[in-house]
Amino acid sequence: MQRIGDSPRVRRVLVGLAIFFSALFLLLPLVAIFAQAFAEGLEMFWANLSDEYTLAAIGLTLFVAALTIPVNLVFGVFLAWLVTRFAFPGRRLLQTLIDIPFAVSPVVAGLVYLLLYGRNGWIGGWLDSHDIQIMFAWPGIVLVTIFVTCPFVARELIPLMQAQGAREEEAAVTLGASGWTVFRRVTLPNIKWALLYGVILTNARAVGEFGAVSVVSGSIRGETNTLPLHVELLYQDYNTVGAFTAAALLALIALFTLAAKAFLEWRATRRENAA
Amino acid sequence: MNFVMILRRGTLASALTATLATGVAAPAMAADRELLNSSYDIARELFATINPEFIDWWQEQHGEAINVKQSHGGSSKQARAILQGLSADVVTYNQVTDVNVLADAGLVAEDWQQQFPNNASPYYSTTAFLVREGNPKGIESWDDLVGDDVEIVFPNPKTSGNGRYTYLAAWAYADKAFDGDEEKIHEFMNQFLDNVKVFDTGGRGATTTFVERGIGDVLISFESEVNNIRKEYGQDDYDVVVPPVSILAEFPVAVVKEYAERNDNLDLARGYLDYLYTEEAQRLLAGFNYRVNDETVKAEFADEFPETELLRVEDVFGGWNEVMETHFASGGELDQLQRR
Repeated sequence: MQRIGDSPRVRRVLVGLAIFFSALFLLLPLVAIFAQAFAEGLEMFWANLSDEYTLAAIGLTLFVAALTIPVNLVFGVFLAWLVTRFAFPGRRLLQTLIDIPFAVSPVVAGLVYLLLYGRNGWIGGWLDSHDIQIMFAWPGIVLVTIFVTCPFVARELIPLMQAQGAREEEAAVTLGASGWTVFRRVTLPNIKWALLYGVILTNARAVGEFGAVSVVSGSIRGETNTLPLHVELLYQDYNTVGAFTAAALLALIALFTLAAKAFLEWRATRRENAA
Repeated sequence: MNFVMILRRGTLASALTATLATGVAAPAMAADRELLNSSYDIARELFATINPEFIDWWQEQHGEAINVKQSHGGSSKQARAILQGLSADVVTYNQVTDVNVLADAGLVAEDWQQQFPNNASPYYSTTAFLVREGNPKGIESWDDLVGDDVEIVFPNPKTSGNGRYTYLAAWAYADKAFDGDEEKIHEFMNQFLDNVKVFDTGGRGATTTFVERGIGDVLISFESEVNNIRKEYGQDDYDVVVPPVSILAEFPVAVVKEYAERNDNLDLARGYLDYLYTEEAQRLLAGFNYRVNDETVKAEFADEFPETELLRVEDVFGGWNEVMETHFASGGELDQLQRR
């Protein structure tokens, strides 16, 4: 039987089209970002990069990611473990709930947090009278970032842990291993790569989140301005080169993340082949 | 200083130290007071220039080292953030209505416009035109904008304060030219709005449409903004035209007394806004193409600001509340004009 892809000419056309559209929609914008960032020379690029507020934005963005990742790592593993290893009423509901941050728009997520923790919010009034500032300060940014990125780790782990089943763990328990030992010596090695992959996705999203953060940030320069917000701010300021410098930085972080992901996938397939 | 204080006042560095390194121990922080100024989005460079000067000035006057932080964004969004607890000590906006929102909530004194000179507006501007080089369509005033072959670009008055001023300026001109004849004003506004090629949501978008997409014969915006755009995108490619009659655009300032008091910054907040009226600050403001009231500075910059008759919103329309209700509320004049 002859299939569509079998003719060499059709195949060449299809591959050519795929490459053409990837270049047009993915590569070209990336090139444009760097071209714009260096539009006024290396010196301007450095001047923009070493700007006090750009540095503060970089610092804050990394700080938020550094707090978000451990929280969601623990939360994601815990959730995946719970959902795949135990049967309890409401398990399916819980699995659906995990996806809420994916389903709602980040702006809505930000607004909801603002309504809760803002000055006129349910919890906000109490916080305000006790002089605790959550919104428009870094804790608020961390909170919404955790919310927006919380499904990534669990979503990576659940299918894998479901496929693996609990047999190995059960065997370990029969052999007398404690809960913690089972987790450390059996579960963790099995889910290691998926876990790292989840962390990478979490990091990518945490670093790049705009919508939710924009609502709760208050955009105080040098204090609550993250890198994506900084890009927008500089652009509004007619500082195109500065905006694209910051954007190039974000793109670099993204490229780095993608490289890490590709490396992990390569490692995983190699291990599979070896096994 | 406890952890709660760090949450409220702390800088990123102190937060990092507190969270990552020492856990609970308080980082060493100078006792300096910090003022937070919540401002509109295109004023970043303006206050980046003014703040260091103010810091020196305060040091000289009071022998105290202080710091000024800035928050920028669309001024309605900024006002909403303050309502929700952004603890700004002062606001410096480009919309009177946004300060009124804060006054209605009791965060700003009700008589805020009487607390500083000139309606609490240390500087002002008006709407002006940016036209393509040599002004090929010969646009000099508002009545040149209602011809058949003129295409206009300005932001949507529904979403942009900037666009609102443009709409009001055109209306105020028509009101003056036709001596309040409702029918003729409506006809004028109809033609004016008909000639709008693109309604962007904000000033930045309108600039992109006009400059980078090359759409339209004239971009209408604040005089200060139009001059900045010309400087940014090429002195030789565009000309600035200030119409002989236009609207007065005030840039209101106020102390957010609720927060300033709590932050123990009341005197600093007042001092900051007072400083904007000094000759030194007025000169800096004029350098950013804003019009000022200081006589000396006015004389120095006389060449850059053409004489125009500036109509006040309060005089033509009765006040901002009336304007919002009659013109911009849904089903108001603007909606009706656009439906025709």
